[in-house]
Amino acid sequence: MNLYAQGLLDSPQALLLSALIGIAFGFWLERAGFGSSRKLTSIFYLRDFAVLQVMFTAIVAASLGLALLGTLGLVDTTSMYRMETVLLPQVVGGLVFGVGFVMGGWCPGTALVGLAAGKVDALVFLFGAMLGSLGFAAFFPALSGFQSTGACGVLTLPEVLGLSRGTVTLLVVLLAIGAFAGSAKLVRGRPAAGS
Amino acid sequence: MSDSHFASAAPGRPSPFWNPYLAGVGLGLTLLLAYVVLGTGLGASGAITRVAASGAHAVAPAAVEGNAYLGGYFADGAPLRHYLVFMALGVMFGGGLSAFAARRTKLAVERGPRASIGMRLGLALVGGALVGFASRMGGGCTSGQALSGGAMLLAGSWGFMLSIFVGAFGAAWFVRKEWQA
Repeated sequence: MNLYAQGLLDSPQALLLSALIGIAFGFWLERAGFGSSRKLTSIFYLRDFAVLQVMFTAIVAASLGLALLGTLGLVDTTSMYRMETVLLPQVVGGLVFGVGFVMGGWCPGTALVGLAAGKVDALVFLFGAMLGSLGFAAFFPALSGFQSTGACGVLTLPEVLGLSRGTVTLLVVLLAIGAFAGSAKLVRGRPAAGS
Repeated sequence: MSDSHFASAAPGRPSPFWNPYLAGVGLGLTLLLAYVVLGTGLGASGAITRVAASGAHAVAPAAVEGNAYLGGYFADGAPLRHYLVFMALGVMFGGGLSAFAARRTKLAVERGPRASIGMRLGLALVGGALVGFASRMGGGCTSGQALSGGAMLLAGSWGFMLSIFVGAFGAAWFVRKEWQA
């Protein structure tokens, strides 16, 4: 059983394992080129779709793995930490996040990688992100109604669509393949940013 | 820049980035491992918020402990003793090691050819503030919400992810001078 389900996420072994998993996480982000803000933002100018390719491939690999291990009875996803769906703050938060992403050139995880690779803009971005977090906390009492608008509890796509987990996982795979093919067409003939 | 596609870089030159599908599989298996072992996905913004809260706590302890959002971090007195903080330290270590091995470590302000350093750093600060604010509003970032929740097939995580792309594509034209030739 996983450490979260056992209430052991604060244990020394969980902290050590988190650090080791983090090392692999940072390694793959950097290998993909995500220690570069120009590489990350070039998708928004239709020049390089690595962000989409890496992210969707990762989602496909992890969701297939979870579906497979679940079918074999080796894991139970309902024992894992799953964020609740709250529609309004997640949609508005996503829109604001997207604006900040293309302005700032980073997201939080990639900025940590960029900082470790010597990018001064990543350091400034992270400082801004800390100010933004504190700003949200300062306004949180006033935002509490907004933050609970559209609250659905833990809500999965299979529940929304009325389909099995396997079918939805297959749809995600097909969506990813379609997105890869579509983006390859869009990017053809355009030089990659920064090359 | 470093994403040239020479299979074997000359000594001293940065190595090419890896194939995005290969990196994606590696990232996906890392996420799967996190779910199976830890029981949670990957995350990054939570650590940033905790470091910020600790910094603010050093200046104004009563205000931070009394804050409805941040107060809980200080219930056990150790807001940084959290798995996401250790994961973020790992991300920096792993990313830094990878960049160094590929000869990509370089002190730089990365920007488009038409952008001044002042413009780039100013937009990095404002963009960072928006991302920090929005991560708390949406309950995570591209790692914790979009990637981890996306793989768990959570409805709100997919809504958050699609909204990120809409927001970023919508704003890209306005900051094109920061990135584009």
